Amino acid sequence: MSPKLHEMGDNGTPAISVNALRKQFGEFEAVKGVSFEVGAAEVFGFLGPNGAGKSTTINMLCTLLKPTSGEARVAGHDVMRERDDVRRNIGLVFQDPTLDGYLTAEQNLKLHAELYGVPKELVAPRMEQVLKMVGLWDRKDGQVMMFSGGMRRRLEIARGLMHSPRVLFLDEPTIGLDPQTRRTIWTYIRELQEREEITIFMTTHYMDEAEWCDRIAIMDKGEIVALDTPEALKADVGADRVTIHVDDNDAAIAALENRFGIEGKVAEGACTFGVEGGEQFVPRLFAELGVPIRGVSVSRPTLDDVFMSFTGSTIRDAEEDPSKHRNRVMMQMMGGGGRR
Amino acid sequence: MTAVADKPVEPIEVVRVHVPKRSLASELRAIKIVWRRELIRFKNDRMRIVTSLVQPFLFLFVLGGGLQQLASAGTHGVDLKTFIYPGILCMTVMFTAMFSAASIVWDREFGFLREMMVAPVRRSSIVIGKCFGGATVAVFQGCIVLAIAWTVHVPYSLGLVLGVLALQLLLAFAITAFGLAVAVRIKQMQSFMGVMQMIIMPMYFISGAMFPAAGLPAWLTVLNRVDPLAYAVDPMRRLVFSKLAISPIARHVLDPGISWWGWRMPAILEAAVVLVLGLGLLGVAIWEFSSTE
Repeated sequence: MSPKLHEMGDNGTPAISVNALRKQFGEFEAVKGVSFEVGAAEVFGFLGPNGAGKSTTINMLCTLLKPTSGEARVAGHDVMRERDDVRRNIGLVFQDPTLDGYLTAEQNLKLHAELYGVPKELVAPRMEQVLKMVGLWDRKDGQVMMFSGGMRRRLEIARGLMHSPRVLFLDEPTIGLDPQTRRTIWTYIRELQEREEITIFMTTHYMDEAEWCDRIAIMDKGEIVALDTPEALKADVGADRVTIHVDDNDAAIAALENRFGIEGKVAEGACTFGVEGGEQFVPRLFAELGVPIRGVSVSRPTLDDVFMSFTGSTIRDAEEDPSKHRNRVMMQMMGGGGRR
Repeated sequence: MTAVADKPVEPIEVVRVHVPKRSLASELRAIKIVWRRELIRFKNDRMRIVTSLVQPFLFLFVLGGGLQQLASAGTHGVDLKTFIYPGILCMTVMFTAMFSAASIVWDREFGFLREMMVAPVRRSSIVIGKCFGGATVAVFQGCIVLAIAWTVHVPYSLGLVLGVLALQLLLAFAITAFGLAVAVRIKQMQSFMGVMQMIIMPMYFISGAMFPAAGLPAWLTVLNRVDPLAYAVDPMRRLVFSKLAISPIARHVLDPGISWWGWRMPAILEAAVVLVLGLGLLGVAIWEFSSTE
């Protein structure tokens, strides 16, 4: 999507660099020593089920949580020793809303600008710009209490941008929103990245959203299990999924086994199998299978398949795992009262 | 092509902001905006303006008016409402200040506290802004009660208005600071209100807002002398009574003041006690706030 992959920042340093970062909550090791780098103007996605350690990592990078060990630099500043410098250079959009519903959209942004010390003469033009960017300029005088979930999230993104941060952190920016709103939010995020040349670091547990990122790290049980572009990750998984519609599924499966050595199975009344270079395989299939084919479809592997191949379970299954659930509850407890 | 690429990017010129390093000026700006937020919220919340006046008016007109018949023998011709009026002036700002402090618990529950906590400003700026905000809002409420002085036969004068406002500001500041120090520790609104009621109501009754602080049973006298609120109620009563034309005996009985071993404390010293206490509590609130991550 973007040609700016791995590009270095203004002063030759990556936007984020993390080395052996670890966080322990009592007995429970939430993040088990992760290392990675994010380039300037990159959209970097952190993907994994709830309780995988995504939010803990993001909170450490935002200086909200002290790492147990390891180090991390954000926008060129150490998250432990230069907390204020990090904070001045990052924008945050949390998983839970942090707007003041009693204030108008404009008042919320103004408050943020004042807290962050945005130069007075720039407050008004910058506010107009960020509000137009998220399409809320005409609602600037509306009380936030009256806004829909999607509008609030857009306003939070605008607020996170008020002080022109170099890195914008988005923790599950689209959670709880309907698909159409999620799409809109993503449109804004990509547009924003192009216009502001800002680095975006975000977490999500929606597989389909990860495709919007330049690079993705897949996190599971506190560890990064894979890190690459969505395309490369999918290529790693390899096989395309081919589905053929035939009159006799059993005959087709037998023929696949005999002629190509491929193991097929019946799913939803059609015969389906995995094969590398699916599109090139289709002509051979028609020529050599020997069973009449009424229809065929080829699909590229999705990130769901990627997640599955690296962790051995689908993202939904991983969340239903009771031990995972315990971790999630723990994380919520940390979020509720433990971040002190 | 995706929808992103199809949508033309409007040619808005990017306004780049450079956030300067933290300075005293930026801290003052932060204090000011936190203070202003309290005012804006108060202005938008008309219900609160009305509801927090109910209790003081109830005490003044219902309790004061009703008990008048019983008390007339002891008040030497002074209306009981006039007697408790200074206490009501204190009560109004107390409750409003308490509610203001509660907003920090509220902010935590609704997540807004986080927005302030991650900003590159000192925690103390946020606490100070909140405290000034609470005090200002409380004095607005106090003004309303001050405006009804004529209904309880207290004559207006510039000295009265300025003096009452100054004392109210002082008291509201101390109570907000106290509320904030408590609010940092408490995560839920219900528990906060419960704790505050448990502390504030006894303090209010013991302070002598509803009765003269002389000739009390020994245990009550001791409690009264150590009750910080008494040091706000007494100068307020002195101030109001100094504007009244009443018999010396009534003045002696109704406005005895706070005395330690027969020495009557001057009003200015009493006010200083409240101020020092307020500053101390503000210090505690700041310290507690800064030590949370």
